[in-house]
Amino acid sequence: MPLELAETSDPGAADQEYLWTLNFGPQHPATHTTLRLVLTLDGENVVDAAPHIGYLHSGFEKLGEYLDFNQYVTIVDRMNYISPIANELSWHHTVEKLLGIEITPRCKYVRTILGELMRIHDHLLNVGAVALDLGAFTAFLYAFTQRERIYDIAEYASGQRFHSSYTRVGGVLFDVNNDWAEKVRQFVEGFKPVHAELHRLLTRNRIFIDRTKGIGVLTAEDAINMSVTGPLARASGVVRDLRKDEPYLAYPDLDFKIVCARGGDCYSRYVVRMQEMQESLKIIEQAVENIPAGPINVDAVTDITLPAKPAVYRSIEGLIQHFEVLMPNRGYPVPLDEGYGATESPNGELGFYIVGDGTTRAYRARTRPPSFIHFAIFPHLIRGHTLSDVVAVLGSLNIIAAELDR
Amino acid sequence: MLAIGEVQSEFGPEVAESTFRDNRRLYVPADKAYALLAWLKQARGFDMLVDVTAVDYLDYPDASDRFHVVYLLLNMATKERLVVKTALNPPDPELPTVVPLWKGADWMEREVFDMFGIRFAGHPDHRRILMPDEFTAFPLRKDYPCKGLGERHNFPVITRSES
Amino acid sequence: MAVGLPENVFLTRLDAAANWARKNSLWPMPFATACCGIELMATASSRHDIARFGAEVMRFSPRQCDLLIVAGRVVMKMLPVLQRIWLQMPEPKWCISMGACACTGGVFETYAVVQGVDRFIPVDMYVPGCPPRPEQLIAAVIDMQEKIERTGTLSGREFGGRTAPAGPPPFDIDELRRRREAVPVDGLEIYDPPRID
Repeated sequence: MPLELAETSDPGAADQEYLWTLNFGPQHPATHTTLRLVLTLDGENVVDAAPHIGYLHSGFEKLGEYLDFNQYVTIVDRMNYISPIANELSWHHTVEKLLGIEITPRCKYVRTILGELMRIHDHLLNVGAVALDLGAFTAFLYAFTQRERIYDIAEYASGQRFHSSYTRVGGVLFDVNNDWAEKVRQFVEGFKPVHAELHRLLTRNRIFIDRTKGIGVLTAEDAINMSVTGPLARASGVVRDLRKDEPYLAYPDLDFKIVCARGGDCYSRYVVRMQEMQESLKIIEQAVENIPAGPINVDAVTDITLPAKPAVYRSIEGLIQHFEVLMPNRGYPVPLDEGYGATESPNGELGFYIVGDGTTRAYRARTRPPSFIHFAIFPHLIRGHTLSDVVAVLGSLNIIAAELDR
Repeated sequence: MLAIGEVQSEFGPEVAESTFRDNRRLYVPADKAYALLAWLKQARGFDMLVDVTAVDYLDYPDASDRFHVVYLLLNMATKERLVVKTALNPPDPELPTVVPLWKGADWMEREVFDMFGIRFAGHPDHRRILMPDEFTAFPLRKDYPCKGLGERHNFPVITRSES
Repeated sequence: MAVGLPENVFLTRLDAAANWARKNSLWPMPFATACCGIELMATASSRHDIARFGAEVMRFSPRQCDLLIVAGRVVMKMLPVLQRIWLQMPEPKWCISMGACACTGGVFETYAVVQGVDRFIPVDMYVPGCPPRPEQLIAAVIDMQEKIERTGTLSGREFGGRTAPAGPPPFDIDELRRRREAVPVDGLEIYDPPRID
């Protein structure tokens, strides 16, 4: 006698008894850091997902009110920790907008190169980690070897391999030299074959495509309505890149394209990230050959940047200026006003809303974190997919917990 | 480009405008905030809500209101940005939610509530988001100390012999 | 009367044999919360390769692990999770606190961050740095192995004697409240941690 199958669910009934509740995180390998999801399952299908966040909330914005504009860069570093310098660029971009400083052309180019290296850095980890979660371990190791090279470049420039804290108001910590540029050139040359290798490992890999294509589709309208930016929005066909729309640093001088896709699924996000690395390489190649000569910090007569160390040790003017900047009751003039500035970080639009109250500390240092906004759309993306797709979607969103919770 | 006269003819002369660098700002009274935001979205094409945040002006020089809620808007067609600010005061700061207009406002408003205690009437899921549910203070208010009130030490201790 | 031993037979204490086996097969539980987690990944991946020291079998179930690596800051909401994971790990178990945040709170001296996990769980090894370089973590693992070899026992009695947490004692919350009410404050900076001797 054939078995009669009972009628399964009507999907809207989220409080039915046969539904499972599965707790996912906050300590789970596929969450990479500390995310927590409470999934409601109908068999293997995800009926609903409720993200719970705050497991890494450490009061960044409160600290921003207690540290001055240069000190806070160390905290900003730890926000999106897989591309630290990208955060610094955004923070000091906004601070310089608030203070009305125009940085030197050399500084612009150096920051551009580092920003693009960080984009590669971020996308490499993301592509590697998605592959790792979906079972392709090799790509992860390939990606991490290249990340170590970028660490070396950052270490050469700033002295710290991970959290460089390299930018300063109106400039950077140390000037770069030819050896550094040579290191960047070597990285670019060495990265090209690895990028091709990653393509060969993943882009046409049958398992990878099956696990990512058509999964977690985000339409362009939803992307705009839910405030999604960056590679996620571009993978859904939203043509939006702050590097083109509101050019900053050296981007107006450089030739590059915005990478967009139409699919809006996990695979499109992967492809967009891979292609963006290619575009970043193009930018770095152009920028590293055209780094202008001249000072890297804004004019030393202003009371904003620290003077060079030889000037501090050997001249009274340099020493006085050093004191003027560092003394707590001196510092630089900050307007009694507030402003929003944003840059295109690897994850999307990373913005800061700074309120200045005349002192050298921000009165309020609000971050507009892309991960926070992207994680909010997760339930929308996962509904109706299976449990195994949770890691694919989560990986493709590239949620960084420290940026998510701050 | 949005003209201020247009806004004022629609919402009255108390809507003020100011500019700082490339930021354009509109100040609007709290009771007209929702109407203005809805108008900006539906009639003026500000279809992306970039961020919602708040500022506590407790000890700010020459501040007249305690809180400002800040909406950062973006018009995706013209790439024009606009900042809308509205002032609120204790004891019961409350605004209507904008989740019906922009779905992305959901978590941003929850965060503002979590950090400042500003309520958003009609929000579909009005809970704390970052701090634990049993936490009672609002950490980003200026009268809350940076180092907290000792909540971070209020946990049981596990020793070697117990574990 | 001398007893001749055949070849390939070694005499040792049972403790030493167990320690030798344990120290070369540490199974870490990566409790990676923040930036240090990325360095932990870097330590495990191609260039630094922690497998050379017998500690590459990262297991994400605490039931299978004997070395907890707390990598990154732990905040109020996360601490109960950490304590639960520590309690779920079977004996014998050790703990490495990796990075300035896990050791002391680091730069995050704010309302939400626990100022050192050693206030609430036992810690055997501290790795300074923000974040530590992979070499430092590898050095810590080697030191951990040495410590296990030196002090480990088969019955786990080396743990029994340690009744106090390893770090400074946590602050008395009632004492803090009393201080807070005693001080005439204008709202800010009313928190004055007691001096630790």
